[in-house]
Parts: sequence; C-alpha cells; structure tokens
Amino acid sequence: MAKKKSSCVRYTKWGYIFLIPFFLVYILFSLIPLVSTIYNSFFENYRAAGGLLQVGPNFVGIDNYIKLFKEYDILMYTTNTIVIWLLGFIPQIIISITLAAWFTDLRLKLKAKSFFKTVIYMPGLIMASAFAMLFFSIFSDAGPINDILLSLNILDEPFRFLSSIAGTRGLIALMNFLMWFGNTTIILMAGIMSIDISLFEAAEVDGARSFQIFRKITIPQLRPILVYVLITSLIGGLQMFDVPQVLTNGKGLPNNSSMTLIMFLNKHLYSYNYGMGGALSVVLFVLTFGLSLLVYFAFVKKKD
Amino acid sequence: MRKEDNFSLFGLYLRRFFSYLVLIILTLLCLVPFYVLFVNSSRSHADIQKGFSLLPGKFLITNYKSLLLDKNLPVIRGIANSFIVAASSSLLSVYFSSLTAYAVHAYDFKLKKLLFSFILMVMMVPTQVTSLGFIKLVREVSFLKNTYWPLIIPSISAPIVVFFIKQYMETALPVEIVEAARIDGSHEFSTFNRIVLPIMKPAIAVQAIFSFTSSWNNYFIPALVLAEVDKNKKTLPILIAQLRSADFLKFDMGKLYMMIALSIFPIIIVYLILSKQIVSGVAMGSVKG
Repeated sequence: MAKKKSSCVRYTKWGYIFLIPFFLVYILFSLIPLVSTIYNSFFENYRAAGGLLQVGPNFVGIDNYIKLFKEYDILMYTTNTIVIWLLGFIPQIIISITLAAWFTDLRLKLKAKSFFKTVIYMPGLIMASAFAMLFFSIFSDAGPINDILLSLNILDEPFRFLSSIAGTRGLIALMNFLMWFGNTTIILMAGIMSIDISLFEAAEVDGARSFQIFRKITIPQLRPILVYVLITSLIGGLQMFDVPQVLTNGKGLPNNSSMTLIMFLNKHLYSYNYGMGGALSVVLFVLTFGLSLLVYFAFVKKKD
Repeated sequence: MRKEDNFSLFGLYLRRFFSYLVLIILTLLCLVPFYVLFVNSSRSHADIQKGFSLLPGKFLITNYKSLLLDKNLPVIRGIANSFIVAASSSLLSVYFSSLTAYAVHAYDFKLKKLLFSFILMVMMVPTQVTSLGFIKLVREVSFLKNTYWPLIIPSISAPIVVFFIKQYMETALPVEIVEAARIDGSHEFSTFNRIVLPIMKPAIAVQAIFSFTSSWNNYFIPALVLAEVDKNKKTLPILIAQLRSADFLKFDMGKLYMMIALSIFPIIIVYLILSKQIVSGVAMGSVKG
C-alpha cells in the first residue's frame, strides 16, 4: 500500500482502513451466503422422514431447477406474488401521484398538509406481522368488519374474507397499499418540489390548466423518480412475506392462491431443504435483477 | 371576462372540496384499523363476541394484566428482546455506515470508485436472495447458532444507509473542515468521531430511526434464526405470528387485541413525537435518489 507521494500516503491508508468493517461484514454475511446459495442449488440436500433421515449432499447438476419447475407450482406462486403486488401498487401509484400533485399545487393551497402527511405515512412504520394479525382479527368471520356490515344490513351473513381468493388477496393488497402509499407520496412530493419552479410559473402565465401542467410538466420531469419508485416497489413486492405469511398462517390459503415466492422459500428453509431452497433463491435473484433491468430500460427508451 | 373568473374560481373551490374529501377518506382508512384495535383492546372477551362498539370499554387494565400473567406469551420479554436487537443494530448500522460513507467522501484512493459502485450495486440485492446461505451459515457456526449475533452484526454493512449518509455528507460536510482538523494535529480516527459525527447528527438520527424500526419489525430472518430458542428469547414479531397459529377460537380476544396493541402503539407514539424529522427524512433521502 506504500506510495511515493509522502503527503498522500498517510491519508490514503485511512480510506481503506475505514472501509474494512463494512466490507468484512458484507463478505461474511452477504457475499459468502450468496455464493453458498448458488453452490447449494446444484446439490441434493434435504431431510426426509420428518427430519430423521438426511439425504445428501449429492451433486445433481441442474436437477433442482428442473424439479422446481416441473414438480412445484412455482409459476403459480410467481403469478400470485405479481397479482397481489399489482393490486396494491396500481392504486398506490395513482393515489400517491395525485396527492403529491395536490400537496404541491400552487393554486390549490391545501391546509393541514403536515397533518395529512403524518397520518398517511404512519402505517408504513407499523410492524407488518402485527398489522396482518390486526387485519386477520378485524376481518375474521365474527370480527368487527362483519359485525358492522351485518348491523347495517349490507350483508345477510358474514363474508368469509379468508375463504375467498379475492378476499384474501384483496386484504393483502390493501395492507400493502396502506403501508406504502404515504411513503411514495412523500418521495414524489420531494421530486415535484425539486422541479424548477420557473417551469410551473411559465406554464401559468401561458394559461395552462392544472391538469395540463400535471401532464406536460410534472409527469415528464418526475420520470426518473417514478422509475425509482416502480423498481423499488417491484423488488419489495417480490419479497412480500410478512403480511401473507401471518394472515394465512403460512399456508397461502385458499388453495395456495396467496402463497408468495418468499413464503415458498421460507418453507424450504424451515425444512432444511437446501437444494430446492437454493434453486428457488437463484431464480428469485435472476427474476429481481431481470425485472428491474427491464423496467429501467423500458423507461429510458421512452425518454429518448 | 369576469364571468370566466368566477367560473375558474368555482372550479378551484370544487377541486379543493374534492381534494379534502379524498384526503379525509384516506385518513380514515389509515386510522380506523388502529381505532378498532384500541377499542377492542379495552373490552372484555364477552363484549367483543357480542359485536362491535364505537366506544372503548373498561377492560384495558384487565386485559393488560391478564396478558402479563400469561406464561405462554412472554410479551414483556419479547419487547425487551426486540429492543436489545433493534437498538444495537441501529447503533452499529449508523456508526459504521457513517464511517464507510466518510471513507468514500473524504479520502482519495485508487479503488474508491470501484468500491463505492459496488456498494451502490448491491443496494438493490434483497436480503431474501442470500437468506439460504445466511441461515445455513448461522446453523453451522456454533458462535452464531441460537443467538442474537446474526441479527445484529450484519447491520454493520447497510448499503442503503451508507448511500443516504453519503448524500447528506456532500451537502453538509466540506472537506475543508477535515483539513483544518488535520492541521490542528487531530488523528484521522478522532476527527471522524469528534468532528464528523456531530456534524452528521441530523442524517444519523433519521437513519437510526429507520434502522431501528426495520429491525424492530423484522420477522423473516429472526423467525428462522431463533426457530429453536426458548420462547423467552424470541423477538416480538415472532410472538405475534405465533398467535396466528394458536387456536384462535379458544383465545381471549381482549388479550389478543392487547398484545397487538402493545406491539403497535409504542412505535406510533414515538413516531408522533418525531414525525416531522421522519417525514422530512424520507423526503431528504429521496430527492437525489
């Protein structure tokens, strides 16, 4: 590490030293696990007979991947995850961008902005497992929501949310929406406020209406941040776990229709099935990476 | 001309009315679940079975006491365990992320660009993807097995926190300050501890809150790491999830709501105290992101 320029040597060294903890821990707890995950995906390694019999590890090449697609409903779990994510994300992005535009609208001048911001951001900090448990309780067959719907004569008999595919997926999407739309609104607001104000002023002078300003100035200027929101939300959506896991008790009921990819991975991790778990993780890694690239390029191309 | 003005003014009022209406509906949607939680955690099991009420009951303390006495649900231990894990991870995370960001911000060295791009690149890689290797490692190393270490130590490398703190450093920490400290004979490490950290306080505070809540709420990894430990050593989200697998119909619903309330309301109270900093922190991190 010794260099010739004497004044630089002393300081340069510290740059490297200060980076040691980060990289040491990263290598030990993320990089080695990543390599080990990929490595394990090529081995048969699981416990049979209720955990009594250890099978493997035996090298099996890409057998785990073939098995994953042939024997398990991985496509169904992927569809579940994407459908539930979209059910939450579409209203989330529409509401968030609308609220962000309203909050920053120069003519609209809404009051109590900080109150609304505080309230809508709040669900995002709540423990997802407790939030899911809360929704499970209040939407249960004899829970408060059914009580209210019955007493208002909207329903004749309790609606069994968790026995219906739409009910379960809808509840998960609703929770995801509530947990994320505040965060997205604040990010988009910050994005709108960082747009050059003279653009808006010029449009006003030219007599543009609010909606025209929104469509012709706000949205195009906001594109990089929208891409960022979309990508991070997509990656977050693929990791969806706590809410459906607790809501359906890890079973993805009814009929596996709310079983997400990470819930499926979790099953393998619990049962010490390292081979299949590894293959699934690698598929997830590729999926996450591929989808973000796809979204990224789709937007960059449009811009040109 | 005048007519048109009136018309657009009317349009503005209409739009304003509509905006408030939507905002109020969303506010209710955000608050009603927590209000129901509060109401039901203050009612007895029998009352809850009878139907929903808009007003809280008188069993708040009773439910609280019966929850504390339940040996199958060591909720206070759970809160303490979660606090130990979340507080230590959050401290480690902000300290070492600041150190990492400082190394990239204040020093010039050959591999700097490469190493920082690496940090930015891995920011997108979700922890779930490496969780298999991680869990395997934890299960095979006796120092890590059935302990809190695997939940705490990895916080030292938090790429997202490094990124946000680095962003803040670019506006708040001129390199001249560091150079002035050098001329005064300050050691590089103590410059970081005594001069850089205090300047970075606002950003560190916000990131500390985020690290704390994400660790406090974390369920996926802790449930796997602590799968075999005694229930007195489990963290709060694991205890909550266990409620779901218990026989729901036999459960005292008042106690159940109380348990959920205890895991949600402390965070809400802290949030309400610090909401200004948190909300502006979210905005701050995103602008350049």
